[in-house]
Amino acid sequence: MRHIYLIVVLLLVVFTAGCINKNGITGEVVKNIEDIEIKGSDTLLQLVSNLAEAYSEVNPTVRISVTGGGSGGGIAALINGEIDIADASRPIEEKELKQAEERGIEPLEFIVANDMLSVIVNEDNPVSKLTVEQVSSIYKGHISNWKEVGGKDQKITLYGRQSTSGTYAFFMKEIVKGDYSAKMMNMEGNQAILDAVKQDKTGIGYVGIGYIVDENGNQASGIKVIKIAKDKGSPYVSPLEEESKHSEYPISRSLFQYFAKKPGKNSAIYNFLMFELSNEGQQIVKKSGFVPITAEDKKHNDKLLDKT
Amino acid sequence: MPNYRNIKEKFIELFLSTASITALLILIGIFVFLFITGIKTFTQISPAEFFLSNEWNPTAYGEPRWGILSLIIGTLMVTFGSLVIAILLGLASAVYLSEIARPKIREIIKPVIEMIAGIPSVVLGLIGILFLSPLIAKIFGLSNGLNALTSSIIVGIMVLPTIISISEDVLTSLPHEFREASLALGATKWQMIRMTLLPAALSGILAAIMLGLCRAVGETMAVLMVAGNSRAMPTSFFDPIRPMTANIAIEIKEVVKGSLHYEALFAIGLILFIMTFVVNFISDIIIEKQVRKYKW
Repeated sequence: MRHIYLIVVLLLVVFTAGCINKNGITGEVVKNIEDIEIKGSDTLLQLVSNLAEAYSEVNPTVRISVTGGGSGGGIAALINGEIDIADASRPIEEKELKQAEERGIEPLEFIVANDMLSVIVNEDNPVSKLTVEQVSSIYKGHISNWKEVGGKDQKITLYGRQSTSGTYAFFMKEIVKGDYSAKMMNMEGNQAILDAVKQDKTGIGYVGIGYIVDENGNQASGIKVIKIAKDKGSPYVSPLEEESKHSEYPISRSLFQYFAKKPGKNSAIYNFLMFELSNEGQQIVKKSGFVPITAEDKKHNDKLLDKT
Repeated sequence: MPNYRNIKEKFIELFLSTASITALLILIGIFVFLFITGIKTFTQISPAEFFLSNEWNPTAYGEPRWGILSLIIGTLMVTFGSLVIAILLGLASAVYLSEIARPKIREIIKPVIEMIAGIPSVVLGLIGILFLSPLIAKIFGLSNGLNALTSSIIVGIMVLPTIISISEDVLTSLPHEFREASLALGATKWQMIRMTLLPAALSGILAAIMLGLCRAVGETMAVLMVAGNSRAMPTSFFDPIRPMTANIAIEIKEVVKGSLHYEALFAIGLILFIMTFVVNFISDIIIEKQVRKYKW
């Protein structure tokens, strides 16, 4: 019996010692660790984590925590003053701007990367180009046979994301501009759509460009990326074409980061943002499957960072 | 000293009774929670729209729609389909195991079948996506295999161990006199099974089916992965379906607490709860009857 008491006492001693150490009472005093809290979009989660990891390697005194939870959750946390940066795969909404204003916050917008959504079909499908309007009609269910857009006489099978997805909402609001056909299959994620279209000769789906091209630039097999034109008269552009054509691709979106206030020059946040914009940062953007920011985006960001 | 023992005894009794009451309270708590949250839905959506309209689209581009009829049909289809498969296969194997198989074979097959119950439903879902749905598409000449039939087969496999295990137990527990009497009257083995044993075990087998039904109604993960989850009203077993469970699992992640969408999902949960509760209740009564029938 006495042994048990002894062990308990010993354990207590060890634990207490551990706690004191953590609080820095007996341990070495670490100087000037700066924390950056980032939260928001799941689309951005992996990319921003990669950026944060690379940055912390060079700057060990900066601790960056990145969490997901969706664009809306991130912006709400920013408004509540819980975090420093909110990731968002969509622009901030009027409603949210109003809420922020009520708390005396003017959210500032920073573009960290661009994302192109590619429309894909099975590789056996003869259709290789569509206009935005045709894509919209197909997803609304108004066009339900491939022969109406120059393909075989086959029913079209629609694959889309689930309503929780920011991509679902973006595609609905910006491209379909109406309700998705009730017949659309709701898949768990980008990869699920890709796999389904690979197997389904009549399928059509939309996925982020990062799912089509891997880190080494190899294209996924079994599927075909559709060339898209803004309208009938416009050229058909593939998201796989070289960078100079990216701005012509009609289904692209910016990925944002929002701040509660302008970061001071040479503050930890400022330096991290500069890193994101740097060549090294944008290389990580590319490697993570997204598209680097354009010259226009740079101007947008420079205004925010007071860099002329 | 005896006094000390009494106290200890009382303490253990108290602990045991608290434990069982806790289980009861948890059940009641779940029901009350579901009921209070779910019932609020009907302050904003009429029950007629909720149950009879077949358009479910809370995050629509325009007006949100709140009809769960196609979701209910989806659940019923996968339940029915899986039971047909599980009953056919299950009864046959139960009869084989209890009446025909040699003891050695039974000792191998029964534990193996019961092991199916331990396969995580996600794993079965994966098998469904990667193996079964392409196969179904090929066999029936469909463009894809994400439909009610594939879901039914996957859920049928999950229900199988319940039905086999309980039916086999019921058949084995039938008095030996039944078999001797029918054989003595000149019946063949098959006639004995068909005319004596199966009718005698009927209520027990029904109970097994009911329990399987509960499992099929409540199954989420595997179904979610292979059902296709489109919102349109299914017209055949080759159409994709969106069962109620899958719908809750998909949408609960995005809803704001306290919003109408949140409450509507709880209302769907409440309906599922009531469905399984009723089925469980009926099967309990049936089992009770079965037990009493052959007590001698």
